Amino acid sequence: MADAKVIPFDDDRSRGSAAQRPARRRGTGSRRGAHTESGTGTGEMGEVQPLPGRGRAREDGPVSREEKPEQPQERSSGADGPGGGLERRVAAGLAFLRRRLTGDYGVDDFGYDEELTDQVLMSLLRPVYEKYFRVEVKGIENIPAKGGALIVANHSGTLPLDGLMMQVAVHDHHPADRHLRLLAADLVFVLPVVNELARKLGHTLACAEDAERLLAQGELVGVMPEGFKGIGKPFSERYKLQRFGRGGFVSTALRQGAPIIPCSIVGAEEIYPMIGNAKTLARVLGFPYFPLTPTFPWLGPLGAVPLPTKWTIQFGQPIPTDGYPAEAAEDPMLMFNLTDQVREQIQHTLYKLLVQRRSVFF
Amino acid sequence: MLVTGAARQLGGRFVRRIQRDPEVDRVIAVDAVPPAHHLGGADFIQADIRQATIARVLAETGADTVVHMDVTGTALGSGNRATVKETNVIGTMQLLGACQKSPTVKRLVVKSSTNVYGSAPRDPAVFTETTPPKSLPSGGFAKDAVEVEGYVRGFARRRPDVAVCVLRFANILGPAADTPLASYFALPVLPTVFGYDPRLQFVHEDDVVEVLRIASHEPRRGTLNSGTFNIAGDGVLLLSQCSRRLGRPTVPLLLPAVTWAGSLVRTLGMTDFSPEQIRLLTHGRVVDTVQMRETLGYTPRYTTAETFADFARGQGPGLVPPEALAGAVDRVAALAARGGGRPTTHSADSTD
Repeated sequence: MADAKVIPFDDDRSRGSAAQRPARRRGTGSRRGAHTESGTGTGEMGEVQPLPGRGRAREDGPVSREEKPEQPQERSSGADGPGGGLERRVAAGLAFLRRRLTGDYGVDDFGYDEELTDQVLMSLLRPVYEKYFRVEVKGIENIPAKGGALIVANHSGTLPLDGLMMQVAVHDHHPADRHLRLLAADLVFVLPVVNELARKLGHTLACAEDAERLLAQGELVGVMPEGFKGIGKPFSERYKLQRFGRGGFVSTALRQGAPIIPCSIVGAEEIYPMIGNAKTLARVLGFPYFPLTPTFPWLGPLGAVPLPTKWTIQFGQPIPTDGYPAEAAEDPMLMFNLTDQVREQIQHTLYKLLVQRRSVFF
Repeated sequence: MLVTGAARQLGGRFVRRIQRDPEVDRVIAVDAVPPAHHLGGADFIQADIRQATIARVLAETGADTVVHMDVTGTALGSGNRATVKETNVIGTMQLLGACQKSPTVKRLVVKSSTNVYGSAPRDPAVFTETTPPKSLPSGGFAKDAVEVEGYVRGFARRRPDVAVCVLRFANILGPAADTPLASYFALPVLPTVFGYDPRLQFVHEDDVVEVLRIASHEPRRGTLNSGTFNIAGDGVLLLSQCSRRLGRPTVPLLLPAVTWAGSLVRTLGMTDFSPEQIRLLTHGRVVDTVQMRETLGYTPRYTTAETFADFARGQGPGLVPPEALAGAVDRVAALAARGGGRPTTHSADSTD
């Protein structure tokens, strides 16, 4: 498709395949044929996830943690469950239902409802993640197993689906079963329903106080510093990183000594190709932009269905921030340098992934 | 020791408790109306803190500690919002003026509220004592509390020899609580704002009395009891959790409808469902209590959930008691176990 503006980095290709490319996540990932990288098969970094049954592999975490194999949702009624674990699953599901109905569950100070996220909301997002966008995750081993870390990603796609997919990626693939806590724009917390779900998914307002508090608690925090500039940019500017705010995320990470992990997301740009922006309408509605795509709003709700692009999420090498003196967070020069370093690394990886990409949809 | 607002239930409890402390010689309880409850051996002086008489009371008694508990959201008995505001703001000004004149006062404790932070979607998730609110409360009790704290800060500047302690309490609940939030939870059906599930924090009455006691005595070794402190139980409850634990169903209403209904109810004088109450029940509020633990040296005995459980015990059973729901689920579980299980499986099970 329209990847014409991409400059190939041949030298990076060789370096990338040696050092940065993790193993293919999908054992049966022959969809892309022998084109670019399937040939490298199980790469040097080794598999971070067992191949067969990723869904199950993920659910092993909750089993050991809280004796809950998986949650049979009360409304689902397939008939293909294995006989052995069925009774246990029904019992666990009923126990879950009992806890929910009686309010006997816990949330943290930010309103993060871990149980609901793990058992219900992730199950709703997973089909989108696995079947619709067929997300491929690389470099998950760059996320530390414990301690605070700040994941900085590019932002695109008109609707912030990329953040949600990144959350599923970390949730389903990280061996230490880490949960990503996203920082969201204030608009999210103004809208009804959206704010409720965002809080329950563990998102919080993108402000230095909240980010620092989460990092101090040793949480994995995800931020998209481009904000509305990135997500609402026209289709012609796809994969061009916008300005990274004022670099507040760097000083937050510096203050907490948390490593910064650059993350590049390819595929989200094309889900809603934004060819126009109804600015007046956006101002009336109080939104930062009102997207016009080839299908939306012309086809009504049907036009709001995202295009089924193929996604790649690559987590890059962590940039340590603990070696700096205490006053480094106040140093604007260092802050701009670090911001640029993170930005360059994300942009570089984006180009690299785009060169490797065979097609937008496959 | 002089205690204002003693006619209230919480003030009365504090007066009764503080007399048992050996450091306290005499407790003078002050309020505009005589209390309905007994005050132990305390001397009650009927004085309106909005009048200058409070200065005479303070001068005559020579109190060395003043505990100002008459900053409240609701009127006692009859009285409208204007009276409450006057008691809160003018009363505090009079009391502080009296304290400034008095050479004997060494310690001032003010009961404030976490309402001073307001409640807005653009605020950080957790407030510390130094967080400036994004939108200052526009009226009602929250604005009173902000103004009261302003006067108290001014007083602390003018009298640096007086130890001033401002205690910002989260929503106070307990078996006998008579706060607006308690009366809200006593409704048979809880109206909520559609699309919002606020995070709430509670503090138990027992903890309130205990913290007031710590603040009104000399600080213990290694602690400091002057300054501003957030006081709240550990943890957070969502409004949906509260309603489920109480067994009271919720009726989600759209935000404009709730605001309109709130003003209608207020006009009719049925209950004081103030705008800031609606904001709290829309956006919620959570405060950080590290200062309370580390500087004041107090660990609450009740968490937010335990406080709420204690409050729920004092309430009658709701329309759908959680025990009944749990029992129903248990019966289904027993049925499923007997029948060998229904063919239920995971819908997102896509790997096989």
